[in-house]
Parts: sequence; C-alpha cells; structure tokens
Amino acid sequence: MSSLLDVRNLKIYYKTPVGYVKAVDNVSFKVEKGEVFGVAGESGCGKSTLVHSLILRKPPMVHMGGQAVFKGRDLMQLSKEEERRIKYTELSIIPQYAMNALNPTKKIKDIVWDIAREHGYEDRNEVEKLLRERLAMVKLSEKVADMYPVELSGGMRQRATMVVSTLMNPDLLIADEVTSALDVTTQRVVLELLNYFMEQDIVKSIIFVTHDLALLDKIADRFMVMYAGKVVEMGPTEELINEPSHPYTTMLVESLPKIGVRYRETKLKGIPGYPISLLNPPKGCRFYTRCPYAMEHCPKVEPSLVEIEEGHVVACHLYGGESNE
Amino acid sequence: MGFKKYLARKTGVYLITFLFAVTLNWLRPRLMPGNPIEAMLSSNLGLAPGEKEVLMKYYSQLYGLDKPLWEQFVNFWVSLFHGNLGYSILYKAPVTDLIKHALPYDVVILLPAIALSWLVGNWLGAIAGKNKRYDRYTMPLFYFLASMPYFWFAMLLVYFVGVRAGWLPYQGAYAPDLIPSFSGDFIASFLKHWILPFLSLFIVMIGSWAIGMRNMIIYELEADYVRYLEALGGSEKLLTKHAYRNAILPQVTGLALQLGLMVAGAIATEIVFNYPGIGILIMNAALSQDYFLLQGAFLMVVISVLAANFIIDLIYAFIDPRVRTSYTEG
Repeated sequence: MSSLLDVRNLKIYYKTPVGYVKAVDNVSFKVEKGEVFGVAGESGCGKSTLVHSLILRKPPMVHMGGQAVFKGRDLMQLSKEEERRIKYTELSIIPQYAMNALNPTKKIKDIVWDIAREHGYEDRNEVEKLLRERLAMVKLSEKVADMYPVELSGGMRQRATMVVSTLMNPDLLIADEVTSALDVTTQRVVLELLNYFMEQDIVKSIIFVTHDLALLDKIADRFMVMYAGKVVEMGPTEELINEPSHPYTTMLVESLPKIGVRYRETKLKGIPGYPISLLNPPKGCRFYTRCPYAMEHCPKVEPSLVEIEEGHVVACHLYGGESNE
Repeated sequence: MGFKKYLARKTGVYLITFLFAVTLNWLRPRLMPGNPIEAMLSSNLGLAPGEKEVLMKYYSQLYGLDKPLWEQFVNFWVSLFHGNLGYSILYKAPVTDLIKHALPYDVVILLPAIALSWLVGNWLGAIAGKNKRYDRYTMPLFYFLASMPYFWFAMLLVYFVGVRAGWLPYQGAYAPDLIPSFSGDFIASFLKHWILPFLSLFIVMIGSWAIGMRNMIIYELEADYVRYLEALGGSEKLLTKHAYRNAILPQVTGLALQLGLMVAGAIATEIVFNYPGIGILIMNAALSQDYFLLQGAFLMVVISVLAANFIIDLIYAFIDPRVRTSYTEG
C-alpha cells in the first residue's frame, strides 16, 4: 500500500542576494493514512519551510529537487490551478497564526463560502449547514457562523479556524506550530480537537509541527527531528522519547522541564551554542559544532540515515552511516 | 448591539464639538487687530473729520458692533437659529446670499474632482500595490503629483493650455459677456471654463489617493488572513477581493473629510483661475476683516466637516465590524 504522502530527497532553498539558504536539504519521510506524524526541531531548522513548501510554496522559496508525492501526484510538479484545487479539499493547514487567520471584516460563514465556492461547491445552504454542525462539534455556538471574527475571543477564534480548515474533510492536515502561541489550557483544547478530528475521520492524517517534544509525546504516532535542514532521527514516538539515539534528540529530551525538580537545585539543561548558518553549510555533520560526542571525521563526512531498529532511523556516525553524498 | 447608545454618544460628542467650533469661529475675527468699519470707511475718501465719527457710530450700531461682546455673542446665536448669518460689510449683501451664490461653483468643480480622483487614485494605487514592476514606474509619478502644489500645477495649465496653446479659457467661470442662466450659450461657456480648474485639482489629487491605497494594499496583502486564504486555495481574485475590501476603509474616511472640506472652496485654485467660489469669498473677507462673512463662511465649513465626520462614523459602524465591536462594547 502506498503512503498518503511520500517525500523523497526534497530540497527547498531560499533565494537570497548572497546565495541559496538550504532550509530543507535532502529530506525524505512518509506519512501513512491514519497517523499523526510529528516534525520537531528548534527555530530555523527548516520544519516550517518543509510543511509550507507542501501547501504554500512561493518566492523566495525555491524547489531545488526531490519529490513530494501526495495521493499519487507530485506536489512539486502540479500546475498552479491543480495545486489550488487540491488545497483545502484534500490538503489543508491550520496555520501558526490561527487566531488571526480569519478576515476580521467578513462573517465566518461568508469567508467559508468564498473559499468553498472556489472549490466547486454550489449549494451555499449545505456548506453553511456543515459549518454550523462542525461549530457545534467543537462546542462553539452555531451562531458563530453569523459573527465576525472580531466578536470572538482568541480561544474561540482558534477553534473556529480549526473548524474552517477541516471543513472539507482533508486527507492530510498540516498543523504548523498551532500550539506555540497558546496557554496550556488552550493547548490542551487544540490537541483534543485534533485527536477528535482523527477519531471522527474528519481528517485522515496530520503532520504536527512543533518545537515542543512534550506535545509530540501526547499526540504523534511517529515523529522526526530536524536539525539545520536535515533529518537527524525519525521513528516511533515512544522509542524516540524514551531511548533517543542521536545526540541532538537526546539533548532535546533532556532539556524538557521535569516535575519535582527545582530550578535552583538543578538547572534546566539546554543545548549550548547556536545552529549553523544554512547559507553555506559544512560538508560533514551539521550538528558537529554543538555535539559533545564529536569525532574527528564528523566535520568531514556527512552521516547518512541508518536504520537502527525497524522504522527507527538516525543520522549519526555513532551508529555507522559512513557514506557521503 | 447597542447601536442606539452608540448613536446617542456620537451625537452628544458632535453637538459639543459644534458649539465649541462655532464659538471659536465667532470669536476669532474679533480677536484680529483693527476695525472693519474703519477699513470700510477708509476707502471712502474725502470725509470731513466730523463726518467720519458720525458714520463710524452709525455703522457700528447698524452691525451691532457697539454692544458688549457677550451681547454680540447672544445675538449671534439667536440670529443663527433664524438662519440669519448677518450682513457682509465688504459686499454689502446678506452673507447667506453670498454663500448661496458662490457655493455651486465650488461644488461643480470639487465634487467631481474629489470623487473621480478618489476612484481613479484607488484603482491605480491598488494595481501598483499588487504589481511591483508597474509600481516602480508609477510611484515616483504619484509622489510627484502628491507633492505638487495645486496652484503651481494650475499655473502650468493656465500658461501652456490657456495662454500658449489658447485651447481653453482660463479666467472666470463663464465668458464675461454672459449672464448666468440655463441657456445653451451659458452652459457651453461654463463647461469650457470648468475644464482647467477641474483638471488642476483632479490630477494632483490622484497622487495622494494612489499612494494611500498602494500602501494599504501592500499591507493587507501581507496580512495573515490573506495568507490563510491562499493556503486554502483561494484564487488570486479572491485574495485581492478580501484585501481590497479592508484596504479601502481608511480611504473612505479620507474621502469623507475631503468632501466635508469642499465648502471651504479651493482658495489657490480659485485665485489662479479667478473662479468665483467660496475660497475667494473667504480670502476677501479675511483681508477686509468682514466679521460676518468670515464667520458665516467658516460656519459652513464647520457644519459640513462635522456632518461628514458624523456620517462616516455611522457608515463605519456598518462597513467595519471592528469599529462596531469596539464602540458597542467599550
């Protein structure tokens, strides 16, 4: 059975006056039907670029190679019109700015109808009826459909946007840092809703992008960790959280705050140093500059992804993978 | 949706503003140094010293200027409510008549100039905001237009189109040998005289509308809600529609203010083209300290600016839900 989304050796660069910034460099992964796939990494690691390249690729973002096969079609090769058509109905997104994603001067039902009409929907009443049902599902009043986004609270707008994004039952939903600007109560609501959408078969699969491993632990079936435009480790959530292999993943897991430990007694562990520039990344391992286990050949040879257990891959010389690309 | 409350509060605010503005308008000419009666009499040469005193007293009484300031103030409000704006010292005619005769000339020039430049400017600005290549060439032009003084461009038109080419008349509102009427001759002459002053305002105004619209469109097209629509597969037409709807809102305010200021005339333009509008009236009134004409003309300005603002406040409550929400909640 083929995967819902099969990304192979995808390269997405940013064109700048001083050269290409290699934000996503040779990334491959698959998203299966019915799973929540997580993408983790710190700011600037390319995780947002990766998911945006699937749904909103525009200058200065440039596709420099690789494929992203979604339901048998390569997203990178679609014409503008084809791309426009599969968005929303098959491939949708909840953006990072979900609270401000709705035009403040349009009623929510009008916004929905404007987009639905452009995807071939003809019966306005039917679309509105669906909208009201879904609003009720997420415990918003049906009347929200007739309101302007400014009349809603931030949390309500967040939920309304989630309803709008998933209204057409997309096969794949991209949740891009949806929780990063939220307080923990709203974070929980968002996670519960995403889970609910999966249960109700409103969405088939989710790509959940975050910098917060604790959240991935709660929602993702599998996830991958990105560093400086590369995948460093990918595998089932439990394995990655409990027995991380790559030094970077290990340090990320260790940096999570633990209950019962006072900051005064044990300082939070961070990862010293800063990510490298992606303008001219070094030939070897990109984590070399911050890695406590760095070896002599790390800066010279790029580690390739090695399968250490079934479905668990890691790119680090500690686990082999001598080949250089 | 406490719209009534919103309306009541707005009305109250505007009423107070009106009282203050009108009082200041009444007071201001009286604070100017000099005496209008003296200015008027000084033009009548050959008066014996005694005669001047008598005339001064007579005219002061006639215009009610011999009374204490507070009494003048009360009289002013009383006659205002009778629709009486006083009698012009300079033109020796009722102020209401003078304004009534001058205002149409301003309206026929300014109303189309403002409205059409608003439409054209917004249209050009929206294109510039969306298309970078076009923007590169048109923006300098817009800035050039916007920073050009009205009178300067008017003088260029007069010189090149009127004097050098001789294509169009450039003095007055109609040929001097005609009397205003609805005859074909007069209308033809009026239209010919109308073109240059209209163009001088219309073309210059396009610049600032276009700049405003261009900046708003760029800002709105970058807004989160537009990116979201795009991510959900909205067509470019839809994105533009949504952005345009929000970008036009501040422009509506600008339009209303401009229309409100219309009754002040366009002093520079009227002087260049010797056009008999309110602008010239105000200038002459100021030069000769014509209290009544000045306060009458300014009163018109105050009323129409306030009315324009009031109407805009009401319209805004309908076209922008953000305004409605903030006012009805707060």
